[in-house]
Amino acid sequence: MVEFNLPKNSRVTGGKTHAAPEGAAKTRDFKVYRWDPDGGDNPSVDTYTIDLDTCGPMVLDALIKIKNEIDPTLTFRRSCREGVCGSCAMNIDGTNTLACTKFIDEVNGDIKVYPLPHMPVVKDLVPDLTQAYAQYTSIEPWLKTTTPAPERERLQSQEDREKLDGLWECILCFSCTTSCPSYWWNAERYLGPAVLLQAYRWIADSRDEAAGERLDNLEDPFRLYRCHTIMNCTKTCPKSLNPAQAIGEIKKLMIARRG
Amino acid sequence: MSLRSPLGRVRGLGAAREGVGHWWHQRLTSIALVPLTIWFAASLVSLIGADYFTMREWMGSPLAAGLLILFLVAGFYHAALGLQVVIEDYLHHEGAKIALLMAVNALALVLALTGVLAVLSVLFAG
Repeated sequence: MVEFNLPKNSRVTGGKTHAAPEGAAKTRDFKVYRWDPDGGDNPSVDTYTIDLDTCGPMVLDALIKIKNEIDPTLTFRRSCREGVCGSCAMNIDGTNTLACTKFIDEVNGDIKVYPLPHMPVVKDLVPDLTQAYAQYTSIEPWLKTTTPAPERERLQSQEDREKLDGLWECILCFSCTTSCPSYWWNAERYLGPAVLLQAYRWIADSRDEAAGERLDNLEDPFRLYRCHTIMNCTKTCPKSLNPAQAIGEIKKLMIARRG
Repeated sequence: MSLRSPLGRVRGLGAAREGVGHWWHQRLTSIALVPLTIWFAASLVSLIGADYFTMREWMGSPLAAGLLILFLVAGFYHAALGLQVVIEDYLHHEGAKIALLMAVNALALVLALTGVLAVLSVLFAG
């Protein structure tokens, strides 16, 4: 549902300030969203002044530095630190992206770090992605065949393999899905760009034999057609993929199978 | 609080197996409205300063009347389809949603019919 104001208990109030160590020459202010489920307080935005001469170049480096050296209570997800796991997706400088591949230098002014928008927050920068993962499960993201497995692998021509380029690279960080206003307003029924791109990844796979069944399960005014080509998904994707195009391809197939 | 599994909630009542028609008709009417709107605007501009009888004569010609009817039908159908999307996007109270959708469709139907009948009455009155 559209919300013009945050609910009372979600409004950001106050925040602590952590100054830079003495003698730091090159500093930047990080404004980081904080919320502790155990405290009962509203969320706040804490300010950490970081000495960039002792910090790595990425926003994730700064967050790890904060956690290690300044404030161990700061909570966030991270794993691979090289843009392949999708764990550290968050809203940095107003855009959903991966903290590990976002240069601090790319941001002008204070570096604002918030969790992915419009998702329930577990703690600080950790969003609850339970529903998004369930939506991913619902499209049955695995190869479905009736033809018995051959003795060796199922073959695919080079041209057919190329049709999966731009799809297989998705790391399911949900930056796109949580940037989509349609998903904000109708998350309980709209699958969102990440899951629809994944759905198309299997529809487009020449080895899969369940394209019709997959299209049947997407043919719904909400599951698929809440996409109004707003294009936030494509603009924000940290892997430079094009979920909007994948959704467009699904819509084209819906027409193609009718006439 | 619901103890239903997240997957159960997401699967819900299943796919409605529709929505393609709505989407396709919205695209078709938008394409049709491009030439129709240009024709309508150009016609009105060329009729600036025309008197009542010239106007009637224009509207009474079969070609202009036919295009006007297409313009009215495509326009109000497109508007109803578009407003339906807006209502479904933003309004989540089931009762209010259904009532508003019915009202919007009824209004579009009444306005389209009024326009079409007006054109036809001019056409057949000669």
